[in-house]
Amino acid sequence: MEVLMAVVIGILFMSATYLMLSKSILRIIIGTGLLSHGAHLLILTMGGLKHGTAVPLLGEQAESYVDPLPQALILTAIVISFGVTSFFLVLAYRTYQELGTDNMDQLRGKEANE
Amino acid sequence: MNNIVFLPVLLPFLTGIILIFFSKKIQTQRILSLLSVILGIVISIVLVLNVHHQGIMALEVSSWEAPFGIAMVADMLSSLLVVTTSIVGFAIMIYSFYSIGIEREKFFYYPVFQFLLVGINGAFLTGDIFNLFVFFEVMLMASYVLLVLGGTKPQLRESLKYILVNVISSALFVITVAYLYSVVGTLNMADISRRIAEAGQPGIITVIAVSFLIVFGLKGAIFPLFYWLPGSYYVPPIPVIALFGALLTKVGLYSIMRTYTLLFYHDQGYTHELLGILAIATIIVGVIGAVGYWDLKKIIIYNIVIAVGVIAFGISLMNEQGLSGSIFYMIHDIIIKAALFLLIGVMIKITGTSNLREISGLINSYPFLGWTFFIAALSLAGIPPFSGFTGKLLLLRGAVSGGEYVGFAVILLSSLMMLYSVMKIFINGFWGPPSPSRPRAYADAERVPVKRLLFPSALLVAVSIVYGVGAEAVYPFISQATETLMQPDIYINAVLKE
Repeated sequence: MEVLMAVVIGILFMSATYLMLSKSILRIIIGTGLLSHGAHLLILTMGGLKHGTAVPLLGEQAESYVDPLPQALILTAIVISFGVTSFFLVLAYRTYQELGTDNMDQLRGKEANE
Repeated sequence: MNNIVFLPVLLPFLTGIILIFFSKKIQTQRILSLLSVILGIVISIVLVLNVHHQGIMALEVSSWEAPFGIAMVADMLSSLLVVTTSIVGFAIMIYSFYSIGIEREKFFYYPVFQFLLVGINGAFLTGDIFNLFVFFEVMLMASYVLLVLGGTKPQLRESLKYILVNVISSALFVITVAYLYSVVGTLNMADISRRIAEAGQPGIITVIAVSFLIVFGLKGAIFPLFYWLPGSYYVPPIPVIALFGALLTKVGLYSIMRTYTLLFYHDQGYTHELLGILAIATIIVGVIGAVGYWDLKKIIIYNIVIAVGVIAFGISLMNEQGLSGSIFYMIHDIIIKAALFLLIGVMIKITGTSNLREISGLINSYPFLGWTFFIAALSLAGIPPFSGFTGKLLLLRGAVSGGEYVGFAVILLSSLMMLYSVMKIFINGFWGPPSPSRPRAYADAERVPVKRLLFPSALLVAVSIVYGVGAEAVYPFISQATETLMQPDIYINAVLKE
């Protein structure tokens, strides 16, 4: 199971890298979304994926539970990346309004004094 | 009474929250945030004295025992950095009063300023690797807002790149923490260190150590990962640049220092050698930038990169002199970089340009500014009575005893080039006849409150002189910090209470 997850996460990272190297801002943001999906799935996988264990609720009265710590870490990481992504999206919108382009090639610095 | 460890985080946090409620009342905002920063200085000094007398202070949040809850740990290194952060924050806050402009102040400038301090102080004081990630994000979120606040075109353009780089590095941080968790099964730094020591640092831990170097190197602008810094730090207003340039990269360096001395110190042949090589490359790249540009901001920005390289080189030495030199130099550099950015901010305010070729003869009208800048420049380069000297001296002695003669030579030469780059500003900007090409800007300068703007930077330069002249008095604190870094057992025992 872990091997399958590792391959899937690898594919997510690959797609994220490919998208983030493209020119359009929206593709880049989609890439960051895929990257954080991959990272979150990786935490879950690295915490261990065992069969026959209960969800981490004491009411379940089970013999053994699944590791609760990675789930808390993921929850934290999800809301953080959610906040950053929404900021990033609004920033991209504003940049498009102000600068009139979504092409990273045309967003080069043209500082004088160099 | 261990609760004082948490106060440097709690105080700006509460202030920030309170300030949100009346964002349009600027006078109240200023007074409250100033009071809070002053109180922060007092608290952090008390913290340093406590740590000096009682040793490391560890606070278990909510009284959960150490490896299970989150521990906030104040050792000497963290507390010294918190003090420095508070002092620099105070000076930059005063400079902001006179320069940031009413439009930005109305849109949550001071609350975000406070949240940035929360993130920085939290990152210095935490004893938990995932909590470090969270404080990094607090700091970065605040820095995104400060960078883009105002919404001019260059700011928007560079913020996009800055956020993209930091989103990627945050994802890498999460990934690295996930790998580390799967190997050691804990997140508390002291506990991680103990378990790595039990396993004797197998190959996978070295891989994780290098991943951490990449993550923190992206935050701290180490050689192949520094490319985002010159553009992003060029566009925001001067107090924001000063805040970023003085503090943000140092948080990355502090994290490298913490992880490489506390967690990954068993197999130094590979990781510390790599750090040393990257550090030397960072110095060289920074020197090339600092010498090459004729722009006030760019020159100082590349001087940040040089300092990052120097500090990272001290960490890579892993001997007592190298580390204490690194700590000494880091504190010096936080103060002097903030001072230099504020000083060139005053120059830009007076002349209306950051192009060095269009500025000359400022010493006639602004002698105090000129000589303050001169002292700051000497201090940056490390001329003996001033503060840059002791740190570099210790570093160089560490390099000799570690047998790193290439690094030794590069650091000495880089000091010369740093001196050349800032003296270039001094000689071209302050000497010579007053520039005839910009009479209008000089006339405008009459209305600029130069004396008020100069006060915070003069204060910082004074602090740096005291720090340099009083090195004898500061040294016990530095050596206490170094002792903890050299012997991780002190830290581990203080946190896990064995």
